[in-house]
Amino acid sequence: MNLNPNGHFALVPDDFEGVVPKIVVREGDVVKAGDALFVNKLYPEVRFASPVSGKVTAVERGERRKVLCVKVEADAQQQYVDFGKKDVSKMDGKAVVDALLEAGLFGYIDQLPYAISTNPTVMPKAIFVSALRDKPLAGSFEFEVKGQEADFQTGLTALSKIAKTYLGVGVDSSLEGVKDVEVNVFKGKCPAGNVGVQVNNIDPVNKGEVVWTIGDPSVVLFIGRLLNTGKVDLRRTVALCGSEVKKPCYVDMLVGEELSTLLSNSYDADHSVRIINGNVLTGRVTTKEGFLGAHTSEITVIPEGDDNNEMLGWIMPRFNQFSVNRSYFSWLFGKKEYALDARVKGGERHMIMSGEYDKVLPMDIFGEYLIKAIIAGDIDKMEQLGIYEVAPEDFALAEFVDSSKLELQRIVREGLNNLRKENA
Amino acid sequence: MKALRNYLNKIKPAFEKEGKLHAFRSLFDGFETFLFVPNTTAKKGVHIHDAIDSKRIMSMVVIALMPALLFGMYNVGYQNAMASGLDASFTDMFIFGLLAVMPKVLVSYIVGLGIEFAWAQWKNEEIQEGYLVSGILIPLIVPVNLPLWMLAIAVAFAVIIGKEIFGGTGMNIFNPALLARAFLFFAYPQKMTGDQAWIADSPIFGFGGQVPDGFSGATPLSHLDSYAFNMDAVYGLIPGSIGETSVIAIAIGALILLCTGIASWKTMLSVFAGGILTALLFESLEMTPIHWYEHIVLGGFCFGAVFMATDPVTSCRTECGKWIYGFLIGAVAIVVRVMNPGFPEGMMLAILLMNMFAPTIDYFVVDRNISKRMKRGGTK
Repeated sequence: MNLNPNGHFALVPDDFEGVVPKIVVREGDVVKAGDALFVNKLYPEVRFASPVSGKVTAVERGERRKVLCVKVEADAQQQYVDFGKKDVSKMDGKAVVDALLEAGLFGYIDQLPYAISTNPTVMPKAIFVSALRDKPLAGSFEFEVKGQEADFQTGLTALSKIAKTYLGVGVDSSLEGVKDVEVNVFKGKCPAGNVGVQVNNIDPVNKGEVVWTIGDPSVVLFIGRLLNTGKVDLRRTVALCGSEVKKPCYVDMLVGEELSTLLSNSYDADHSVRIINGNVLTGRVTTKEGFLGAHTSEITVIPEGDDNNEMLGWIMPRFNQFSVNRSYFSWLFGKKEYALDARVKGGERHMIMSGEYDKVLPMDIFGEYLIKAIIAGDIDKMEQLGIYEVAPEDFALAEFVDSSKLELQRIVREGLNNLRKENA
Repeated sequence: MKALRNYLNKIKPAFEKEGKLHAFRSLFDGFETFLFVPNTTAKKGVHIHDAIDSKRIMSMVVIALMPALLFGMYNVGYQNAMASGLDASFTDMFIFGLLAVMPKVLVSYIVGLGIEFAWAQWKNEEIQEGYLVSGILIPLIVPVNLPLWMLAIAVAFAVIIGKEIFGGTGMNIFNPALLARAFLFFAYPQKMTGDQAWIADSPIFGFGGQVPDGFSGATPLSHLDSYAFNMDAVYGLIPGSIGETSVIAIAIGALILLCTGIASWKTMLSVFAGGILTALLFESLEMTPIHWYEHIVLGGFCFGAVFMATDPVTSCRTECGKWIYGFLIGAVAIVVRVMNPGFPEGMMLAILLMNMFAPTIDYFVVDRNISKRMKRGGTK
């Protein structure tokens, strides 16, 4: 493992949606890789493992003492908590769940409804894993898994002990041959790789049901490594990408690793750029001093664009601008490359055009009506229109194409949180 | 460009809160975003956005309306020359039409946008572009002899009662432009119907001729029994509302709207389908003296189908609903025309009626999805 011995690492509770963290370490504590740094306050058995061994240097807090991250300074010699190798074929579902809880990996599994980090109190009707990374500039999982097929298979087998497990892959994937799970091949563009889209098309979630989702297939590798080696090893392959990056590449990193080494000299710093922890649709803004997110498979650098003053955008041809709408000309140029910046490129309006969302939301759901129900706070309507089946990321493309520039992912997230509070 | 940007940056603080000119903030905002694409960047959610915004969409619709507007101007001059017996050149006729129509466009925009700006300032919102389209639609669907003060009142009515009280563009139930026309139709029927409304009757700045008193310039629809079809109705050289006469000009607009994907082809197609089938039905029952294609070509049928029925805000929003909505507009328009001699033109009433029922149609379409979901939850 290529590990920076003096590096700082940080685990960010916000990477685990819906988790209220309770910190279980103090500044100065010495931890091993696999020791818990924080637990879920509501389900204390759900622990979150430190990616490295070393000394806890800080618990950073923000407004109203919200925990921003727990920082660990890595030892030169890495020490691992030994959770013991396991023979997956002899484990039952409960044993797998216990092993994941003990090693602090359980929280990496998400769930529908609510699209949050799941809890062990309700067993799922099924588990969905998507190994199809089709978001803009996403790294290929088939590339990442090369040489680790055994760990991936072990992870899948372990999951299949808990509930029927589905694996979604793209066309011509090297993963089609895996065992113990139902493999579904998804043809088509983004968002076919969204685990929520796959669930909706295969076995939709009904009210009262729970489905576990793993939209980040590296998590299966984490699980497989844990069971095969007894260690928590959060190594993953990350794509460094975006129009500002001088040399796009793959790098092996640990969850929580500092980005500064990766990003130094990788882009021109003479104008303002946006560094994204994740892809351009669902990632979070970060800085050079940020840390690799728990579910991040890309670090994207794009121009911020706030110094770009385009004139008379409503009438100019704007050949260099990408749009799926045909009032621009990008549809004439085929697959040309565009350097998109972070501008919103318009003011927020009420929903005006119809049918925009449906074109990029391949689910049996009326997106516009669901969004309106959420804005109106109409809980019955939200349930009827299928809010339990969606995650904010499913609306990411709709948010991109929206001519009214509504913050759809934020709206969906607020709706889900609202509902979770009501149903608690 | 840079100098302009710097100048705007310099005067901007005066319009912010506490600034001297804060009362004109919405105006400044409107002009700033008109001149420059806003360079605010995404704070939450997706980091990249499509270049499309509502300004671009509305501009495309205005562009699509240009052929109808320009031809309408020419036709106003042409009708005047025909009626007055004046031997005018193409340019003379066009200039006469320009002089007759431009004041209407200006009044419509000044009154409508004035209210929009004031409302945006009052509500502390951004200016919404919806009126750019309504503002040009309204002059195109009124007779040329309509007094400007009536137009101003109708515009104010449409913007305030038709749109703003519902919450602005995107929230309105009725198409504002048609509401303005309906207001005029019922408030000042003598100016909206009959045989004196459609042909500009006196010269403007030396252009055009004096139409003799008592000259009857009724639209074909109001005297169907004695009407003989000819290709003038397709070219648009017949009396009628300013922009509605030329099928060809409207077809160019339709092409622009369909190519850019801004109007729904489903709605447009189904309006024509509904109209044609209903007209055929009446024709076979011998209830109407004209052929089905004359029903489509005459009056405001094409204009309504292309520019009014496809308004995304007031039409159905579900794809299945669009088929039903469009079909019923076409059918109702012909039913009104044929069965009610008091209303020679049925398009306006048909669209307004269906505007009202669009949410109901959508309700049933969405409800099917809901009951499917409920059933799925119940059986498992």
